[in-house]
Amino acid sequence: MQQHLLNESRLMQKIRVKHLMPPGHVRTPAYLRGKVGVIERSLGAFPNPEDLAYGVTARALPLHRVRFRMADVWGANAENPNDTLDAEIYEHWLEPADAT
Amino acid sequence: MPHDHHDHDTLNPPGHPYRADDDAPLSYWQVMEIAVRELLVEKGITTASEIAAQIDTMDARTPSNGAQVVARAWCDPEFHAALMDDASEATHAMGFDIGALKLIAVENTDEVHNMIVCTLCSCYPRNLLGLPPDWYKSRAYRSRTVREPRSVLAEFGVILPDTTKIRVHDSTADMRYIVIPNRPEGTENMSQNDLSGLVTRDSMIGTGLAIPSLSLDA
Repeated sequence: MQQHLLNESRLMQKIRVKHLMPPGHVRTPAYLRGKVGVIERSLGAFPNPEDLAYGVTARALPLHRVRFRMADVWGANAENPNDTLDAEIYEHWLEPADAT
Repeated sequence: MPHDHHDHDTLNPPGHPYRADDDAPLSYWQVMEIAVRELLVEKGITTASEIAAQIDTMDARTPSNGAQVVARAWCDPEFHAALMDDASEATHAMGFDIGALKLIAVENTDEVHNMIVCTLCSCYPRNLLGLPPDWYKSRAYRSRTVREPRSVLAEFGVILPDTTKIRVHDSTADMRYIVIPNRPEGTENMSQNDLSGLVTRDSMIGTGLAIPSLSLDA
């Protein structure tokens, strides 16, 4: 599975949010999909909201806080390229930044 | 004519806006809520007074809870360290329970200014700040804060130099955030209790700063 590609410690690893557009309830904001950031901290495992939303048994999945540079999210339109944005993203949405 | 105001349809005589009577039929979800609530009461799982008490509890929470946390963090280095390490645990010990969620405290410095938003809905540390203000739930605040935080801050009267990095936190999952604003200058001799009076709701969302101590003398 994809998450085995993340390194052991996760911390500060450069990752990309998978560019997926699945139907249904997901918590990964669309504006961050396909964007590159670093794992700021790992938060432990939390029940997957993609299952919880439908009342099915939810597996606890690793959740990370990912930090993005505004320039990496908004490109040349960034208000200030070095400001940052942190969001909580479940590990199954992350891949190493160099994954093809 | 002085009494012939144009908005006379929307204002009652003392000038307060009327709230239109909600004579429309109940929506699907309103019917669902009533049905589920009545079933829970009928089956003895909860009672009407328990529900009313819970609403009362929720309405009673105010930003003064969060202000106590911030003022203590300013005054008590040990608590400050515990708060930054595990804010859920540190605030729980003060009697503020965030339940199944987790709290993260993010601290402003001269180099970094933090700002909280929930682009997906309206996640907010209600146990510390009470109910979120309407603007926090608006599409404008939610969509603009992640894209142009400095412009949003300017509209709140907060202008930061380019050398201060802005760190926006989008509450997308199980974390809730509280900003620990910078302690205003010249407050070294103030008591923890007085300091909590400087900590506004907006300063804990990151759309404002703590009140400078001088303005209290005025």
